[in-house]
Amino acid sequence: MGNKQTIFTPEQLDAYQDCTFFTRKEILRLFYRYRDLAPQLVPLDYTSRPDVALPYELIGSMPELKDNPFRQRIAEVFSESGDGNMTLDDFLDMFSVLSEMAPRDLKAYYAFKIYDFNNDDYICKSDLEKTVNKLTRNELTPEEVSLACEKVIYEADLDNDGKLSLEDFQHMIIRAPDFL
Amino acid sequence: MSQLPAFTLRVPENTESDGQEPSPDNEGALHSSFCELIEEQSSLVAGAIEMELQERSREPSALLPPLDPMATAGLEPKQGEQHPGYATTLRILANMPSHTIGRSRGAIISQYYNRTARLRRRSSRPSLQQLSHTARPSLRQYDLESDPTNATLADKQSLLAKELLSLPPAQRSQVLLEVPLSLEEKRSLRRQLSQRRSTPGLRVHSSEPTSPCAWCQDCIVLGCRTLWYRFLALIHAAQPWHYALKQISGRFGSSVLSYFLFLKTLLLFNIISFLLLLVFVVALQAAYPPAVASPRPFTGLELLTGAGSFTHSLLYYGYYSNTTLNDPSASSPSGSTSPSRATQLPYNMPLAYMFTIGANFFATCILLMYSMYHSFLKSYRVGSSTGVLAIKIFSAWDFKVVQRHSVKLQSENICTQLKELLAEQRLRSCPLSLPQRLRHITVLLLAWLLALGTVLGCVVAVYYFSELMHMVQQKQGAAAGSVWLQEGVLLALPFVVSLLNTLMPHFYNLLAAWEKQDSPEAEVYVAICRNLLLKMVVLGLLCYQWLSRRLVCSAKECWETCVGQDLYRFVVMDFIFTLLDTGFGELLWRLILEKKLKSKRRPEFDIAQNVLELIYGQTLTWLGVLFAPLLPAVQVVKLLLLFYIKKTSLMQNCQSPSKPWQASHMSTVFITLLFFPSFLGAAIFVSYTIWWEKPSETCGPFRGLQTIYQTPKVWVELLEESNPNIAWFGWIPQYLVENTVFLFFLTGMVLAVIYFNIQVLRGQRQIICLLEEQIANEGEDKKFLIQRIHCIYDDKVHCA
Repeated sequence: MGNKQTIFTPEQLDAYQDCTFFTRKEILRLFYRYRDLAPQLVPLDYTSRPDVALPYELIGSMPELKDNPFRQRIAEVFSESGDGNMTLDDFLDMFSVLSEMAPRDLKAYYAFKIYDFNNDDYICKSDLEKTVNKLTRNELTPEEVSLACEKVIYEADLDNDGKLSLEDFQHMIIRAPDFL
Repeated sequence: MSQLPAFTLRVPENTESDGQEPSPDNEGALHSSFCELIEEQSSLVAGAIEMELQERSREPSALLPPLDPMATAGLEPKQGEQHPGYATTLRILANMPSHTIGRSRGAIISQYYNRTARLRRRSSRPSLQQLSHTARPSLRQYDLESDPTNATLADKQSLLAKELLSLPPAQRSQVLLEVPLSLEEKRSLRRQLSQRRSTPGLRVHSSEPTSPCAWCQDCIVLGCRTLWYRFLALIHAAQPWHYALKQISGRFGSSVLSYFLFLKTLLLFNIISFLLLLVFVVALQAAYPPAVASPRPFTGLELLTGAGSFTHSLLYYGYYSNTTLNDPSASSPSGSTSPSRATQLPYNMPLAYMFTIGANFFATCILLMYSMYHSFLKSYRVGSSTGVLAIKIFSAWDFKVVQRHSVKLQSENICTQLKELLAEQRLRSCPLSLPQRLRHITVLLLAWLLALGTVLGCVVAVYYFSELMHMVQQKQGAAAGSVWLQEGVLLALPFVVSLLNTLMPHFYNLLAAWEKQDSPEAEVYVAICRNLLLKMVVLGLLCYQWLSRRLVCSAKECWETCVGQDLYRFVVMDFIFTLLDTGFGELLWRLILEKKLKSKRRPEFDIAQNVLELIYGQTLTWLGVLFAPLLPAVQVVKLLLLFYIKKTSLMQNCQSPSKPWQASHMSTVFITLLFFPSFLGAAIFVSYTIWWEKPSETCGPFRGLQTIYQTPKVWVELLEESNPNIAWFGWIPQYLVENTVFLFFLTGMVLAVIYFNIQVLRGQRQIICLLEEQIANEGEDKKFLIQRIHCIYDDKVHCA
């Protein structure tokens, strides 16, 4: 298909193709999307592996993420530094995991990290409360939120430590066919 | 487990507290990895002070939640009161092997290392004593640091790279794609892999022999993979309606999207049917048209009625010749009109017709089963169906929706659903009283009786209407009326049937509103059941009428063409009524809501009804393929138009759905409905026609035969006459297809496979129960150990 693009070396493109679920065209398209967010910051030549990270505000303004209530957590989880500023690698990684081709286990792993607001590798009750509030835009009363979270922990916690670990979460998600 | 050393705690002499609860000495074997760990930690406990608890900022919630109904008796720290050794206990827990998975990179790599090792060896889990140090790095994680030093990380990475190299390339690339590391790490891992591959000296340690064959195989597989990537890229570029579907899913979510995906699937089926029929039947007959009486001029009415100038055209069965086309030996009846061709390949039209129809159904069957299998795989999970609320919270959000207004609506939906679920769970704890339950049951029974009654009423109405039409037609045949009136009368029956099919669903919706089912899913299922019952029973009656030909097409000589025309009319009428329903149901309703009632609400897109309409239309097409080979083409045009009309109406008139809808589950249900009553019913109808019905004498490719099924027999006889050496070919149909023993055997095999799968599923469910019990027991073990540690700490503190 020999396109004469000069953004990446062929080895870089091959590496991206092997490590993400995208084809060459899609990777280039994503690069252009990345660049459109800040044309003055992102160089057109990635062969020298420049160290460019776009701030979270730009990432969060993308149409796919703009109205997503979890956009901050998504950016934090996928960014290398954990503060939402994403390099091109993080950007590609994020879209690769969120795409339809990614297997469920991988998505479940990242979903767990997204829902774990305090980064303690457990989804505890406060994390759940924050999740429910973000899902419903604070429309539920605090009693209802609390009740819902307790029921969730009761239903999903297998080893009875009061929190959901990654295994509990994965076990439950396996049974949910609609998990995207 | 093998013998383990007795566990002795380093505790001081006075251990009276041990008498109150069972001491660990009396328990069975403990997990050996906990041995060393607890010894280590209990020695550290004495000198440990609060370590980084503030950084972790955990909530002072109870380790065992006070509301947990399964909590056993034991030391439960009250809310707010922390055990002094609490922080350390938490650190121990946090560093347990099973909980470090997913946290640090080293842990992930170790976990994947284990997985790939298991993949490679595929043996049962070895006992703990026999493992060498490098084989289970996860057991070596006794350090309290959350992030291992860089040296260990690099070691682990190289270990993983080494393991990956010994996997076959396909699995290797799969593991590389699925390991949850960041892209940078994956790339460095990949670089390591390629470095190791290029330096074969390092591969001496792996167990696989380095042979040029294996290396060649690797190269070939990698080359194939790159070609496959390129092919996939091309396919993705060629996806039709990609942007339109994205628009729809962005605004309305996956539920409405599933309708349009279903439409795309049906379009694919019809295009395949059409291509098969075009290549093998239609194109060839078009090249050698039979001599036909002067055709009537084309008037616009033909598009509706399918009669008139369409009667003697490629559209219907009657046009097709029953001879061998372009036969060099016989005097061809179409010789006058065929152009002089150099090719002299004879083409047996009756055989081709029959086999193409058969191949068409067979291909559709295979495709349908494949779609069902795929769909089923995605949506069915072995195991219990508890955890509704948890699943709802974690999977309710539809990430395909991107528009702000739709996102807001989705939040409201989820809010409503959660409130309903919580209310329902509260209700379940206090069930309805007896008179309320009785009332509810009577209402349900009445509603079902009413629904069944209406179905029966519709069937009877259709029957009497067709009798009426028959009488009218006979009277008209006697008195030569205008052509328009004659053809118009033909449209009456399809009109009535389509009208019933369009109006009854709305009536059933009203019934459902009166009924008030327990759950919204039950509502959807009940609605689908009733509508499907109505449509299938009416179709059943029509099929019976077509086959018996008492009331329909009774006077015609060429009854197949007549039935084909009837089916064409039904398809066209169905399309017209779908358009009217979209127009009145959505456009008009929105205008009324906006202008008259001044409400902000807009009509909703009724997914179940629309999908059932699609299934009904497809059933008609499958029923009619034998009698009108170009009917799939008509259906293709209809589906294309339907896509754009529905999409436009959706965008202009409808709002996002407010009812919960399990998209993948319902897609499976729809594909199953497409297979089970729809496709199988059509297949049975066509098989019956082929096996038992006598084709008409004067038209079509099977004139003169007793049944259509005799065609291959006749051909085989011809073959035997011409060439006695291949007489064995005639034995195949005789011994395979007609022999009942063979069919019984086949059925027996299929039943055995089904039974086997059911048993496997049952076994899997049992195993899942056992494993869940085991996990709960491990949790109990953990609690016990924590209590023991606290006891020891308390003792030490009191002693010191």
